[in-house]
Amino acid sequence: MKHNENHIVGYGTYIFVWLTLVALTALTVTVANFDLGGFSIVIALGIASIKALLVMLIFMHLKFDDRVFRIFVFVAFLTLAIFIVLTFSDYSFIR
Amino acid sequence: MNQTVDAAVHEHVHRDDVGAKIGMWLFLFTELILFGGMFLVYAVYRFTYRDFFALASKELDVFIGLINTLVLLTSSLTMAMSITALRRGSKNLSLTFIFLTIFFALLFLVNKYFEWSAKFHHGLFPGSNELLTLPRGEIVYFGLYYVMTGLHALHVIIGLIILVFMFFYVKSGKVNQDYYIMLENSGLYWHLVDIIWIFLFPLFYLIH
Repeated sequence: MKHNENHIVGYGTYIFVWLTLVALTALTVTVANFDLGGFSIVIALGIASIKALLVMLIFMHLKFDDRVFRIFVFVAFLTLAIFIVLTFSDYSFIR
Repeated sequence: MNQTVDAAVHEHVHRDDVGAKIGMWLFLFTELILFGGMFLVYAVYRFTYRDFFALASKELDVFIGLINTLVLLTSSLTMAMSITALRRGSKNLSLTFIFLTIFFALLFLVNKYFEWSAKFHHGLFPGSNELLTLPRGEIVYFGLYYVMTGLHALHVIIGLIILVFMFFYVKSGKVNQDYYIMLENSGLYWHLVDIIWIFLFPLFYLIH
């Protein structure tokens, strides 16, 4: 494994990602002040997902690591998604 | 002399940084499912008690939540930069960044302490008489709030302890420019703690 030749992410990239994360936080707090009904939760979760994706890709190096890591993470989130879909497909019929 | 070279080669053969990283990710997946299960419970109850959740969340201080969000995001930044610094050979800069990360972790916990103290002061804690007079939906909200942010705070404390170890490992040279996988894995754990908070913040503090 050529581990030591791995890409070293520069400080500039990290600071840019951090600024984006702070901006997205400001956005989610601002949007929360408006009553958008059912869309509020969709927007809040959408912004949170973008933030989480940025942290995983850049801070956690997924973008620069071996492809196997991205596949792993995808499968883990797919598993969680299956849990959620199955739970709600059940929950929707209780009421 | 020969022996040192042999030892170095020997050590190299028995080291698998990629394997160590895969192991860390596998552990993080168990954390994902642990918190994922709780988010699922949250989702079901939020749909059941929509109005009560909105009402109960008014008790939370959005400002403290926002400050803690910024504190954790910044701690993730310094964590990531400490690895870059170490890999570029600036040990002292790396130590400074780890120290800053520890500082932000402490700041987060201090904020959490004041936040929870205020709630306790108002009689809003699990099992309190005042809480039990509230409607069922609000009791569920506060139950989930304390369990989820409490478990998250526990992770912050664990991450903090790991980072203190990393500080001394980097200082002593045990973790260095060539062998930094421990610091990298600690970073992965720390970023996971950040990601969980990224979801906790809007779900508990920002309900309209």
